[in-house]
Amino acid sequence: MTRWTPDPSFYPSPREAATAPAEKLAYVAAFDRTAQRPDAIAVLDTDPESADYGRVVGWTDLPYTGDELHHFGWNACSSALCPTAPHPHVERRYLIVPGLRSSRIHVFDTRPDPRAPHLVKVIGPEELAEKAGYSRPHTVHCGPDGIYLSALGGVDGAQGPGGIAVLDHTTFGVRGAWEADRGPQFLAYDVWWHLTQDVLVTSEWGTPSMIEDGIVGELLLGRRYGHAIHFWDLATRRHVQRVDLGDQYQMPLELRPAHDPTQSYGFVGVVISVEDLSASVWLWHRDGTGADAPWAVTRVIDIPAEPADPADLPDLLKPFGAVPPLVTDIDLSVDDRFLYVSCWGTGELRQYDVSDPFHPVLVGSVRLGGIVARTAHPAAPDEPLAGGPQMVEISRDGRRVYVSNSLYGSWDDQFYPDGVGAWLAKLDVDPEHGGLTPDERFFPHGEEFRGLRVHQTRLQGGDASSDSYCFP
Amino acid sequence: MTGRTLLALAALGAFHGLNPAMGWLLAVARGLQQRRRAALLAALPPIAAGHLASVAVVAALVTATRSVTASTALTVTGGVVLVGFGLWRLLSQRHFRWAGMRLSAAQLAGWSFLMSSAHGAGLMLLPVLLADPPSTGGHAGHLAAASAGALPGLVAAGVHTLAMLGVALTVALVVYEVLGVGVLRRAWFNVDRLWAGALVAAGVVTLAAAI
Repeated sequence: MTRWTPDPSFYPSPREAATAPAEKLAYVAAFDRTAQRPDAIAVLDTDPESADYGRVVGWTDLPYTGDELHHFGWNACSSALCPTAPHPHVERRYLIVPGLRSSRIHVFDTRPDPRAPHLVKVIGPEELAEKAGYSRPHTVHCGPDGIYLSALGGVDGAQGPGGIAVLDHTTFGVRGAWEADRGPQFLAYDVWWHLTQDVLVTSEWGTPSMIEDGIVGELLLGRRYGHAIHFWDLATRRHVQRVDLGDQYQMPLELRPAHDPTQSYGFVGVVISVEDLSASVWLWHRDGTGADAPWAVTRVIDIPAEPADPADLPDLLKPFGAVPPLVTDIDLSVDDRFLYVSCWGTGELRQYDVSDPFHPVLVGSVRLGGIVARTAHPAAPDEPLAGGPQMVEISRDGRRVYVSNSLYGSWDDQFYPDGVGAWLAKLDVDPEHGGLTPDERFFPHGEEFRGLRVHQTRLQGGDASSDSYCFP
Repeated sequence: MTGRTLLALAALGAFHGLNPAMGWLLAVARGLQQRRRAALLAALPPIAAGHLASVAVVAALVTATRSVTASTALTVTGGVVLVGFGLWRLLSQRHFRWAGMRLSAAQLAGWSFLMSSAHGAGLMLLPVLLADPPSTGGHAGHLAAASAGALPGLVAAGVHTLAMLGVALTVALVVYEVLGVGVLRRAWFNVDRLWAGALVAAGVVTLAAAI
């Protein structure tokens, strides 16, 4: 049902979104690696005044098993205020929760009880395949004219091309494939946009057969995973430009465009260079002036591998004698000032000041977990941690950062063969000078997650990777 | 066309002009995006032209038809259409969609035409146009009335659109220069819902008057 006034969690501009009240709850996608039990949406209390602060206060099991929850998102967000498709009286209340392995899409209603999201719809893999020709749904974005959902696989669930399906805003039914002309695009992963410039950007991972049983060494060394990003015309749904990073830069994953709609740049994180195991972050930008100048990429951050005793390394890494940083997620604060970079391999979260996006400055770092380091959290200094900061979520005001530790079931097993565990940490940010401090009161881990692994966090009311703004 | 009719048409135009979804918000967005008030100003005439076209189609049809066949059938049909359309707007959750943000002047006009039509902007004028006394040509005036029949409709659409443009321009400038888009969060009440209710009410009034 529509509202009389706009949903109060919608903001026309990033500047105003940064003044939003702090989140009271966070939603976390948790999954059972053995596929014996249902995956779940866990609800965390993020209100520091609450007696349950930092604890799991809600838990909703999914109806099936084997979904492998990964990324999820809201049905509607600030883009509903955009002027060409304005409908700000919808509500941000449904969580669209895809199963990356099962290709099932779940719709959860977070009202009337935000601590107990309840299932209102399940879209089966057959509907996604029949209507859009896709499988393995991955990234959810609340667009002004529909819900955009990237998918890694084609209709057969093993190969490509992956792409974007569009879901109806109100019925959540699959409306079809987004692409009118995909050009040379074949691999898929993330999607985001410069809304006011009618530009859509996509990145590349691998087809389901390339990732579902773990990273394939021959494919990696053969430079067969994705290494390009694609630019599209958002209005005509046509491929415009493919920008290759160079085939040594394997797996450009998360895309983080500037939130300021007058800007034409964004960041993409690259998991690994096969030449020296380093990770990198690249900036995409217009090559020249003018609204239609072609796109280019520039490598702006390099993070080297850290030497290690092969005895401490999993089989995959023993021959290299080094721990790759493995940048698996990045996130940009709503004011476009700080970029957070997850180094899931070395167990580090880095904070860069990107006020000048071409010249990021490292201003903060926290170590947690890591393949060799196993750095403990200050709240539990005697417990070595597996996994590392992986999915990063930033509060709209930029003062709080949440990290969870699982990457992807089969990949967790390769890099952390003795178990990745389950933990989620909150870090406090110094918004003036940069700098990160783990919050000792906020460290849900272990049995708190009932044996499930934790992947992505979404904050009640929106966060730095959920909303798009049409006004500066 | 009486003074009261013109006033009513202008008032409806002002109502359309107030609605952020009818175009002024898009003009503000273009101004902000390009950081130029000129971009805002340049966007409004094509938007008004699109609105005019949408309204004029209905208005011209109604007045032209009515002058030839001044029957209650048209009024009843109009009333039924209004009620039906109003209910559909009330109950339907579908929203008008348009993909692009970077629009040329012609595309802007097209966007506005579709937006106005989808929201039933022309239909909104029906009660006013139908309440207007039909042109009385008499024996001698039959032919003249038939050929000039659409003219009052076009005048009506013109008056309506001028009022719409004036209000849209004023609101756009006030938001752009003074208030800022933050005002949207508080002030953007659900015009669609109000509008749908108004359509139903107008339809009922039209029907009541006809029967």
